[in-house]
Amino acid sequence: MHFLTSSNWDAVTNDAGQIDVKASHFGIAAMLIGTMIVAVIAVVVGVPISVGAAIYLTFYAPNAIKKIMVSAIDLMAAFPSVLFGLWGFFVLEASGEYWAKLLNKYFSWIPFFKLPAPYVSRSPFIAGLVLAVMIIPIVTSISREIFSQTPLDRIQAAYALGGTRFAMLRAVAFPYARSGIVGGIMLGLGRAMGETVAVYTVLNIVYQVNWHILFSAGGNVASMILLKFGEASPYEIKALMAAGLVLFILTLIVNSLANLIVSRTGKSGR
Amino acid sequence: MSTMTKPTVPAPRKPWAASPKDRGETAGILAAAILISWGLVAATPLKGKLAYAAVFFVAYLVIDFAVSFRKAGRPAAVDSLFRSLVTTAIAIAVTPIISILVTVWIRGHKGFHWTLFTKDMHSNAFTDPISQGGLLHAIIGTFLLVIFAMIISVPIGILTAIYLTEIRGRFTRPIEFLVQAMSGVPSIVAGLFIYAAILLPFTKTVNGIQGSLALAILMIPTVARTSQEVLKLIPGDLREAGVALGGTQWRSVALVVVPAARSGLITAMILGVARVAGETAPILLLTGGSGTKNFNVFSGSLGSLPNYVWQAFSAGTPEAIARAWAGILVLLVIVVILFTAARVLGNRKVGKK
Repeated sequence: MHFLTSSNWDAVTNDAGQIDVKASHFGIAAMLIGTMIVAVIAVVVGVPISVGAAIYLTFYAPNAIKKIMVSAIDLMAAFPSVLFGLWGFFVLEASGEYWAKLLNKYFSWIPFFKLPAPYVSRSPFIAGLVLAVMIIPIVTSISREIFSQTPLDRIQAAYALGGTRFAMLRAVAFPYARSGIVGGIMLGLGRAMGETVAVYTVLNIVYQVNWHILFSAGGNVASMILLKFGEASPYEIKALMAAGLVLFILTLIVNSLANLIVSRTGKSGR
Repeated sequence: MSTMTKPTVPAPRKPWAASPKDRGETAGILAAAILISWGLVAATPLKGKLAYAAVFFVAYLVIDFAVSFRKAGRPAAVDSLFRSLVTTAIAIAVTPIISILVTVWIRGHKGFHWTLFTKDMHSNAFTDPISQGGLLHAIIGTFLLVIFAMIISVPIGILTAIYLTEIRGRFTRPIEFLVQAMSGVPSIVAGLFIYAAILLPFTKTVNGIQGSLALAILMIPTVARTSQEVLKLIPGDLREAGVALGGTQWRSVALVVVPAARSGLITAMILGVARVAGETAPILLLTGGSGTKNFNVFSGSLGSLPNYVWQAFSAGTPEAIARAWAGILVLLVIVVILFTAARVLGNRKVGKK
């Protein structure tokens, strides 16, 4: 349990350069919380955009635009994560810092947006934005796939009853697609929680529990593993393995929960 | 009788098409919103592009809502509001794609030269001038990793999907659960797993096939899930027709269902490859990052594109960063080519059916 609740990562070596098993202790609480924070930011930012985009692509877009955009978004799902990392580091960082300052200026009465010190670069907020960009194509393409399966006769029935497009969406498409969209969001969340390289590139990994999402300190279990792996001693590698196990169990729980929701809403929705 | 009128035939109309008046209205709303955003930014302390965008957005929504409300009441107004919202969503979703493509091109083509494809890095450091060294070794490495990952995972993935949708044996539910759970496995965990299961106890060193195995772990759920979704969409009529013609289940699956789902299965494969081609984290743990060409995945450190980019990025000097972007450019071009090829292939099969 100490491993889950403590926020220290001290690999103490003794005089002979060997690792001191008793004095070393490892804990990943800060990283776990950091992982959750970053993933939640990604979902909060990314999901409305992706579901909206999916609705636009399925029900509003003219055919020509639709084809181009669907290809573009599917292509984006194939972009390697290291590319998102570099893009986040060199491009999004600048805008992200500006947005972070704005958020802090106007919304600092919300505890999350407070800044303990005026450093906003490489914050969980920016990492969350990069992850949001990464999950947008996934969630969009899954939602679009689901929306496009809405039975045509029901859609036409809704229109024939004099419904507007929004009325049709609310009465037909949303109930039909709800469970599938939850599935898409779940995949997005899973990817956001386990993302390693992009977060490693963008986030300033610091070993402390940090609730201030705009502040330049955060953590993520996956990138912590990558960070420590290079210079880790065999004993420390065991601890990293344990961290990996925790991450695995965490994603497993999220996925199973979401699966439960999916199977339940699936029945009422159809 | 001269007053008798001919029955008038009304000209066909398209009541749903936008009339000039509608278009004028849309333009008017846009103009008003632009004016308001310009005026507000000038008059208040709000500054910058973001302020323009935000004010414009809100103003457009409000005016559009009010106009539709006057014209056709609340349902139409809500409809119109929703349309604006989803249009904004797609605009926001597409912006990063354009930004990424433009960035990669602008930053990548500086470090790009054709000898990248003929040289490797065995006698160069990442901080050397960009004209020295290349990434042939990395391209070969990535190609090998992906091919072997495909060989392992595509049959497993598609057969799993067929088991889940067609055979529906006793283990369907637990396996479905496992596949769904596995699709959430973070890439670093797959890397750690192979590290613990194969590298530590057996090989004790880095090589290519370990990377392929880790990539296969990541690919199987993607392939299986997508294939399963595709197979589910095949109408039951087709299966019943196959069986009614006297086919066994095997024949109706192999000759009716799978061909009908072919384009979808290819898409599943692409998505799997796309998922792993640029995967960096497990590669960093398992394959090593040699700068020499290596055609043998079973022994020796194997360089790969993501690894190359990563090392170059970590080296940090301007030359190395230029290298990283050039590497990304090549990786992206490969991904785009693969993607387009598979798209075209998938579409053609559908057309033939």
